[in-house]
Amino acid sequence: MSHPELDDLLGKGWRKPAFVKNALLRWTLIVGFIAYLIAAYMTIEVDWGRVYEGLDRGWAFVLAFTSPDFISRWSDIWSGLMESIVMTVAASVVGILISIPIGLGAARNIAPLPVYVICRGIVAISRALQEIIVAILLVAIFGFGPLAGFLTLSFATIGFLSKLLAEDIEAMDKVQAEAIRASGARWTQWVNYGVQPQVMPRLVGLSMYRIDINFRESAILGLVGAGGIGATLNTAFDRYEYDTAAAILILIIGIVMALEYLSGIIRARVQ
Amino acid sequence: MLRLQKLTKTYKTGDQALKAIDLDVPKGQVLALIGPSGAGKSTMIRCINRLVEPTSGEVLLDGVDLVKLGSGALRKARREMGMIFQEYALVERLTVMENVLSGRLGYVGFWRSFLRRYPQSDVDEAFRLLDRVGLLHMADKRADELSGGQRQRVGICRALIQNPKLLLVDEPTASLDPKTSRQIMRLITELCQERGLAAIINIHDVALAQMFVPRVVGLRFGEIVFDGLPSGLTPDKLTEIYGEEDWEATIEKVDDDEEIEAAE
Repeated sequence: MSHPELDDLLGKGWRKPAFVKNALLRWTLIVGFIAYLIAAYMTIEVDWGRVYEGLDRGWAFVLAFTSPDFISRWSDIWSGLMESIVMTVAASVVGILISIPIGLGAARNIAPLPVYVICRGIVAISRALQEIIVAILLVAIFGFGPLAGFLTLSFATIGFLSKLLAEDIEAMDKVQAEAIRASGARWTQWVNYGVQPQVMPRLVGLSMYRIDINFRESAILGLVGAGGIGATLNTAFDRYEYDTAAAILILIIGIVMALEYLSGIIRARVQ
Repeated sequence: MLRLQKLTKTYKTGDQALKAIDLDVPKGQVLALIGPSGAGKSTMIRCINRLVEPTSGEVLLDGVDLVKLGSGALRKARREMGMIFQEYALVERLTVMENVLSGRLGYVGFWRSFLRRYPQSDVDEAFRLLDRVGLLHMADKRADELSGGQRQRVGICRALIQNPKLLLVDEPTASLDPKTSRQIMRLITELCQERGLAAIINIHDVALAQMFVPRVVGLRFGEIVFDGLPSGLTPDKLTEIYGEEDWEATIEKVDDDEEIEAAE
């Protein structure tokens, strides 16, 4: 079965076709990127004298973890922690409930174009605005306290969860959904039977993850006055009470780890 | 009962999947639709229940043109047409019972279906159907725990619980082994007989089609090129449908198969 086309190829090596076909362009991109990287690192200035001085302060901070002080500010820590948990639970529930319809609307394979555009717009706005920026704005509107934090976290949850839920819906198995439609189901029934079972494990997993994020964020939001354990943490730092700060951080780490463990159990059950 | 008139489907890409198909299916008749991949078999049955929107032509079910129906009336019409799919298309994370009962979605309201509170008559019928296909003990298993043959039986129950007049069957045996394929084909044709159902069965296994159905329609490039008895499928006809190939083996295989059947 010998013929010229085959004969030309025999004995020649084979390479996977390059991603960027033009060799000049390819090498320009590679060399350019490496040059930029080197230049970028060189602009980062390191003041070694300052680092040496800072080591002591850092060490004091680390040492504080060996003797965390839960006692002297316990009532502040407790109320801050409770406020953070309230904010987390309230914001996660509200955020998740709002994310579901927006997630459905933001999935191109099930939403009509105008709905899709609006929902994607909401997602884009929510994701573009970082939590701290939203919190500063909301603190300006609603004043200091957990209300601003609750609204910030709800808003951030919507962007996060809707986007990922929409992407999961877009990746679902079309045939399963088609079979439900073929039975004469109405749209709501179709979503309940054809779509929901396919995306449920991911929705539960993402929700658990978001609760985790919301709790950690609630510790940051206190820095800009939006309530929660972050306010207590901020005060501790301001007073150089590293042992109290260490106690708060240990509690936050403990709660996040507990949430992680819980989410593992729940995700295994809904698989 | 079902009548296709000048049914045409042109995809956006310009591919003409169906070219003015005319077809009559009388009440209670089971027919097999054969043809090479891409001949338009799957498009044709999806145009009947409008999972794919036909470009032009009429689909008359008991005299009603389905192509012109609005969404509410279309849902009612879909109840009359049960569909069985190639890869079973069960909702994997729902139980067998939920999958079967999902065939009643066109009949029950949202809250009943959401809360899984189906009327007793539907539940009874679901149990009867599962018993008929030998899966009564599997009712509470999740669909993804079942084997291929079992899943397709559940798919059949889901289509039948709709109490349809017509079954649209898309490659029911494509992912099954030869023995299970025959069992499934036998089950479908038997159930159609018991209930007086008409059926259009897309199938690419010619021998299997010849074994079980009284009428074969051959589709090539979106046109009907054969319509007749299975025995009329001569090598010439098969060449016309599928293109040049040695057909003697296929036809002989049918005889062999029948002997095996008799021996079983």
